[in-house]
Amino acid sequence: MGSTTTQKEDFEAVALVQLPRLYSLARRLAGDGAEDLVQECLMRAYRSFDSLSAPEAGGRWLQTILVNTFRDGLRREARRVEEVPVEDIDDFSLYRTIADEDPLPYSDSLHLDFLLSFGREDVYEVLKRMPEIYRVPLVLRYIHGFATKEVARMLHAPLGTVLARLHRGRKLFERELWTYAQEVDLLQGSGSG
Amino acid sequence: MSERVIPCSEAVRQLWHYLDNVLSPEDQAKVDGHLAFCRRCCGELEFAKELQTFLASHEVEEIPAHVKERLERFVQEL
Repeated sequence: MGSTTTQKEDFEAVALVQLPRLYSLARRLAGDGAEDLVQECLMRAYRSFDSLSAPEAGGRWLQTILVNTFRDGLRREARRVEEVPVEDIDDFSLYRTIADEDPLPYSDSLHLDFLLSFGREDVYEVLKRMPEIYRVPLVLRYIHGFATKEVARMLHAPLGTVLARLHRGRKLFERELWTYAQEVDLLQGSGSG
Repeated sequence: MSERVIPCSEAVRQLWHYLDNVLSPEDQAKVDGHLAFCRRCCGELEFAKELQTFLASHEVEEIPAHVKERLERFVQEL
């Protein structure tokens, strides 16, 4: 009983500090289902707490369990992550579009200021517009910092496939940033016409 | 050893993979070769770095207080 109590306390110590990170990841993967996803992840994590090698690895360990839980959920719903036909966006360059359109004429660091005009909810909305197949690798690699090989392992996809989806996902994200900024007048009052 | 010169479109397509060090040494050298003379692609590279930093800065969001409370309780009741 004593050791169970200790294990429970150890688990709490690892899990509670990771809740913001877990919830952030869950929201980007599952949207409105984020809270349920975090709860299922926590249950699984608690049951396999023995497999955590060191408390410092707790963040990565929990996030990996969360991604596995998300993937299993898709499988349960018999939902496959489908390739989505996206029109050719290879030629789109946000860097060039910003330079050509000059939406912030008084800025000395135009490109950076464009990015900094996006708040957290804006970024979330932009991600939500992306098909899951491109959003998930992008979120894992560039927001949550997993190595590309780890992403491939977590998604059970070949490395080449993940690289191709990251490339397309990044292009889509850039285009959606631009489109969203226009649609919600994000740069209004910053000197854009 | 003459490296094939790659056009801007190909260099830009490879930039994020270049930053991630997942290109083969040959492709890495081709992008390096292109960046050595192309100012515009150097700008694209700088922007790609800014965009990566920007994305990484969004890793942790604040949890709404009521959700945080429910999740904390959930952990404690496991």
